[in-house]
Amino acid sequence: MTDTSTQRTGDFKNALLRAGLYAMLILFALYYLMPLFVMLVTSLKSLDEIRTGSLLGLPRDVDFSAWGKAWSGACTGVQCEGLRPYFWNSVLIAVPAVLISTFLGAMNGYVISQWHFKGSNMIFALLLFGCFIPFQVILLPMAIMLGKMKIAGTISGLIFVHVIYGLGFTTLFFRNYYITIPVELVKAAKVDGAGFFRIFWSIFVPLSAPIVVVTVIWQFTQIWNDFLFGVSFSQAGTQPITVALNNIVNSTTGVKEYNVDMAAAIIAALPTLLVYVVAGKYFIRGLTAGSVKG
Amino acid sequence: MLKKTILAATVALTAGAVWAEPQAEVLHWWTSGGEAKSVAVLMEEFAGRGGTWTDMPVAGGGGDAAMTALRARVLSGNAPTAVQLKGPAIQEWYEEGVLANINAVGVEQNWDELLPTAIADHMKCDGEYCAAPVNVHRVNWMWGNAQVLADAGLEMPTTWAEFNAAAEKLQGMGITPLAHGGQAWQDATMFESIAVGLGGAEFFQAAFVDLDEATLTSDTMVAVFDQLRTLRGFVDDDFSGRDWNLATAMVMNGEAAFQIMGDWAKGEFMAAGLEPGKDFLCAPTPGGGYLYNVDSFAMFSVEGDDKIAGQNLLAELIMGENFQEVFNLNKGSIPARLDVALDSFDYCARRSGYDMDVASGNGSLMPSYAHGMALRGAQAGAITDTVTAFFNSDMSSADAVAALATAVKNSM
Amino acid sequence: MEWLQRHMPKMVLAPSFFAVLLFVYGFIAWTAYVSFTRSRLLPKYEIEGVIQYERLFESPRWEVAITNLAIFGILFIGIAMILGLLLAILLDQKIRTEGALRTIYLYPMALSFIVTGTAWKWILNPGLGIEAVVKDMGWESFEFDWLTDPDMAIYTVVIAGVWQSSGFVMALFLAGLRSVDEEIIRAAMVDGVSTARIYRSIIIPSMAPIFMSALIVLSHLAIKSFDLVIALTGGGPGYATDLPATYMYAMAFSRGDLGQAASSATVMMMVVVAIIVPYLYSELRTRRD
Repeated sequence: MTDTSTQRTGDFKNALLRAGLYAMLILFALYYLMPLFVMLVTSLKSLDEIRTGSLLGLPRDVDFSAWGKAWSGACTGVQCEGLRPYFWNSVLIAVPAVLISTFLGAMNGYVISQWHFKGSNMIFALLLFGCFIPFQVILLPMAIMLGKMKIAGTISGLIFVHVIYGLGFTTLFFRNYYITIPVELVKAAKVDGAGFFRIFWSIFVPLSAPIVVVTVIWQFTQIWNDFLFGVSFSQAGTQPITVALNNIVNSTTGVKEYNVDMAAAIIAALPTLLVYVVAGKYFIRGLTAGSVKG
Repeated sequence: MLKKTILAATVALTAGAVWAEPQAEVLHWWTSGGEAKSVAVLMEEFAGRGGTWTDMPVAGGGGDAAMTALRARVLSGNAPTAVQLKGPAIQEWYEEGVLANINAVGVEQNWDELLPTAIADHMKCDGEYCAAPVNVHRVNWMWGNAQVLADAGLEMPTTWAEFNAAAEKLQGMGITPLAHGGQAWQDATMFESIAVGLGGAEFFQAAFVDLDEATLTSDTMVAVFDQLRTLRGFVDDDFSGRDWNLATAMVMNGEAAFQIMGDWAKGEFMAAGLEPGKDFLCAPTPGGGYLYNVDSFAMFSVEGDDKIAGQNLLAELIMGENFQEVFNLNKGSIPARLDVALDSFDYCARRSGYDMDVASGNGSLMPSYAHGMALRGAQAGAITDTVTAFFNSDMSSADAVAALATAVKNSM
Repeated sequence: MEWLQRHMPKMVLAPSFFAVLLFVYGFIAWTAYVSFTRSRLLPKYEIEGVIQYERLFESPRWEVAITNLAIFGILFIGIAMILGLLLAILLDQKIRTEGALRTIYLYPMALSFIVTGTAWKWILNPGLGIEAVVKDMGWESFEFDWLTDPDMAIYTVVIAGVWQSSGFVMALFLAGLRSVDEEIIRAAMVDGVSTARIYRSIIIPSMAPIFMSALIVLSHLAIKSFDLVIALTGGGPGYATDLPATYMYAMAFSRGDLGQAASSATVMMMVVVAIIVPYLYSELRTRRD
């Protein structure tokens, strides 16, 4: 412990700097938390209190009834079963679509980064460009195609659409990750007589955990939150949760139950929130592991 | 027992139909509590007659999201059985060759006699029924807070000049004269109510049905925009983007005195336990006229006897006296059928029914353009674009009529 | 077998290639084709010339939409980048609660605007949200009414957009900061170089590729921004916050004016091409070296 006065002013200055740093971080945190906070407190208030109280005020009496109603009692049309049935539709759509698009993205990324052939970069460019088309553009031709393929209005149809339009990003992620794996490794394996799939399974798959996490989080968020495809390519019985949420929240007639709206919104967001909270750490790690070095 | 079955089968066969359990997948955007309850009435009747109802609700944007879904469904060759559809959009879909014909039901049930001619025409494609009407909303209503008006010593104004004077007085007392939600369709609702009040039915017809350019740029139209500009001064500062039911709430709790909105607003008052005539007042917008907005269901071409049976049954039930009465009691509108007694309805609805009769008699029953009854989407949208741009800027009325004519021409 | 082994990479890539060819490029071509027709409710296939483009460029609403895309795009990308970088640098100072803060900054990315739209609408509404709360606290003259001001409303869309995406940018930059070679930094510190200088002249320049990635992700979000506007302003006041994506949607689905929608989509696609193709070109060129 040195004890000179200059050192002490330095410490003081440092402490002040740290305090300022924390203050800034907390200020930003408030900005990010505000909407969630508003949603949460509103969902716990009674309708009367919402009408009379302040937007940011804490609920006087915490009331969970809106949550129960949003989950299993709110009307999304003639049926008043809440979000529950739609929640499972979303799971049935999101899980296979995420798995398939991640797998295809890994294979594509593997080929593009390690098995160059004439035109492979061109194909990558074509795939990547597909990420940027506004989805409204492809709604109608896609509807015609789904009809021709006889999967219009089905869960498989929705999975198919999500896989197709997820390919660009999943391929990008895996390609940028695999490109950091030295070509020499593959060359050596080839010399040892390992084939295309052997190399993939024994060298690339074991290394892929970080990027799989990134891809799965990204895809799951995109697919779970999708509304446009959900509303266009579903029919009664296959509608995803975002469509049901929209039916609850965006009904403009009748008495609006804002607490139910907000509870429904949070329920619909829970799976993705959970993924971010639980896997957020691995997400950053996955990004650090090289996916962003492209 | 067996005899009965055979008998039933024979009857069915001689009636020319193979018996099939009626099926219907119904696409609609009536998702709010009250509306959903109203549709549930139909569903129960449908089930009571042995049918299976599959519900396909899509809310949002006054049916925009539902129309997105509909287009995708039709293009993929997987059209829903029945769709909530209204106004010229029915004929537009018919021209695409995707609607089914329910004329047999219409003729058998004598719809021509039961419906006002103007409304029956909306339900017909090339002279044959292809849709069934559910209700008649009057669009040009004005709602007032009885207490606020009494305190100010005011009555419901019957001319726009009276309205302006009343509004200025209220403003002086610190009350927002007009509750309004700044969404394009609400701006348009106000605009067309002014137009029919200031210009009358003939002017309205020429401007918003025939799209006559001279009328669109006439002095009367300038006056209509002038009045809209005046109304802009009577709304509060936070009106932008506000949902209409929140504007209604402002009238309910005395924050504002008036609202110009169709009779679905009545449902909000009623739901809050308020009584028409006592707690809140209703009157046609100043200058009068009758603008209607008719909700209806169109049937789409589908395959399968069960679905076709479902369509016919649905059409029959929609026009049934019981459904028309129960549904409209819930929704604030009046039955499309003229022969349903309005005794159990409130006085605003009875007034609406009476006015409709009179207007239907003298040919002044006008379709609401703002609610998609008068024009096709592109033209109606072009007019609304101009109106809402005018209302949310300091554009002059002269510029507005010029922009209106250009926009309409550009939308063709 | 030998042949199979040699062509395996192509065969693996083939399904994705053909799928994208049809479902992306085929559909773009379809849309471009429809933009030359007079399709209304449903597509028609008789070519009618460039009428839809004439209508498009005469529409004052389209002009607003394009201007808004420029304003929104530049501000959204710029602010999200700066904020993301700032947050990443702040978080990189060995912050004790880093994990929690990171999650807080990142979570908006998990939510769709169908979920958060209503909350944002309330917060930005002068009568309900921030303005009302601040006024209640005694600051009577406080004003924050951008949402209801046609000239300012587009900036509220920027605020909400930045809220949603800057956390993701922060994550990208944080990942970048963490992958800079520790040795170089330590060496610089030993030499007495200030922290600010280290960031300015060593760390940030080494993250150039990450700026590129962030730029791409953000411009993709900016171009596709749709739910954001629909949920927050519905395009209003008037049509002051319309963007090309909402314009196109309105024409195609609420107006039954498919030809017009297709022409606006085609123009949008050309904007995308103008932005993305140079990037792809440079990206793939450097890669080959």
